[in-house]
Amino acid sequence: MSPAAPVRAIGASVLRAVRGLGRFSLFVTAVLDAGARPPFRLRRLLGEVYDAGVLSLLIVCVSGFAVGMVLGLQGHNTLSRFGAEESLGAVVGLSLIRELGPVLTSLLVAGRAGSAIAAEIAAMNVTEQLDGLRMMSVEPLDFVVAPKALGMILAMPLLSTLFVVFGILGGWMVGVAVLGGDSGSYLSTLEDSVAFWEDVVGGIIKGVVFGVLVGFIATFRGFTARATTAGVSAAATSTVVIASVATLIFDYFITALWGY
Amino acid sequence: MQVEARDLHFARGDRQIFRGLSCHFPRGKISVVAAASGGGKTTLLRMIACLLLPDRGSLVADGSLDLTQLSRDEVGRYRRRVGMLFQFGALLDTFSLYDNVALPLREHSELDEEQIRVEVRRVFDAVGLEDVDPLLPGELSGGMVKRAGLARALIEKPELLLCDEPFSGLDPPTVRRVEELLVSVNQRFGATLVVTSHHPQSTLRIADHLVMIDDGAAVEGPPRELMRRDPGAAEFFLDAVPGAALGSAAR
Repeated sequence: MSPAAPVRAIGASVLRAVRGLGRFSLFVTAVLDAGARPPFRLRRLLGEVYDAGVLSLLIVCVSGFAVGMVLGLQGHNTLSRFGAEESLGAVVGLSLIRELGPVLTSLLVAGRAGSAIAAEIAAMNVTEQLDGLRMMSVEPLDFVVAPKALGMILAMPLLSTLFVVFGILGGWMVGVAVLGGDSGSYLSTLEDSVAFWEDVVGGIIKGVVFGVLVGFIATFRGFTARATTAGVSAAATSTVVIASVATLIFDYFITALWGY
Repeated sequence: MQVEARDLHFARGDRQIFRGLSCHFPRGKISVVAAASGGGKTTLLRMIACLLLPDRGSLVADGSLDLTQLSRDEVGRYRRRVGMLFQFGALLDTFSLYDNVALPLREHSELDEEQIRVEVRRVFDAVGLEDVDPLLPGELSGGMVKRAGLARALIEKPELLLCDEPFSGLDPPTVRRVEELLVSVNQRFGATLVVTSHHPQSTLRIADHLVMIDDGAAVEGPPRELMRRDPGAAEFFLDAVPGAALGSAAR
């Protein structure tokens, strides 16, 4: 093997990654362009919000409630060592609103709806449905992709908010109803510690950004998948992996930039 | 509409599919494209549909419209004059049959729902489909999928109808029915048909014009004439007309 081979391999990987990013940027631009021009497909958009949002409600609410219960239990045990059990509401609320709500919702939705979007679009490619649309002079980016991506962007912050609400409820359930904490303290410390702009708006912005990430990554992976059955499964799998990693990386940068 | 392929070259990886292929599809006629499996029939059809570009050469519609040089908007306008029946239908599987066929009209016309309903009925009648409006494509047999795909391709009254393997996977009676449909579409709507097929019997029954692709190049002409003068065509028709190969060999 030539001594330059590893360097060459690294260079090839970097070039591939840059090309991929370039294609992704062009794809996002084309989808935004298609979504911004009439006809505006409101009914299809609502259908996609239903698919990504309403059909994810159960998993998001149950997960939020369970995470809140764990936070309530762990928080109560830890805070009681310092005699600060009354601060449980603040701990649960801030953890959920700032970080856990948006991040875990994004991971859950990437696994449920993101993979489904990628697989559906890739399957449409395999079965020539996208070409069928093109032959009717209906642009797939406009008819299929844009509603799915925009639907995800709308659904994600709403789901994230629900996750937080059910998490706070789960924390209350364990901290107050099970472990006997004071309900008034739970709610008042929660109310006192949460700042609207820094925490609530920051959390919603994270939800929107994660919606953008999951929506565009899922549609891109589906749209550019190889037209084989293996391509369909690869699109779904890679959507979950890439969207999850992107969520965690972007979470750090948003947190740093938002000035928590 | 008439289409002419001029000196097409196309390769997939190392495999050269077209090596200077030239042929034409006359206006108002049924042209059948025949080739061995993997010989480039569907590739040629996809190029005519502007779904694929050749590496070199050109495709010209109506003598002056170079299909390889069209802008995105021009491709959109061209495709509105073209219908395509895909091999497996390519119907939207989450849409009912009615919505599949109505889609092009809802997208491009000013017709209200009642007028669209009349138009959909017209093409359903033309292809012999009844009581299928609410069905999903997955609930149909292969023959019905082909007919539904044909209905969708016809809904905007295309000047050029491209049919990719319309007879494959069908039982003989259904093959005959689809043949009759294509001929009636050609006669009733006056459309130019380009049909890919590896069914020699069907080709003989419906084709006015035959394009045989062999080793990346094409020979063309009326089927029976081509059968006499071209060994590849004679071999293609061997099963349908046993004497074809004999005649060719004698020459």
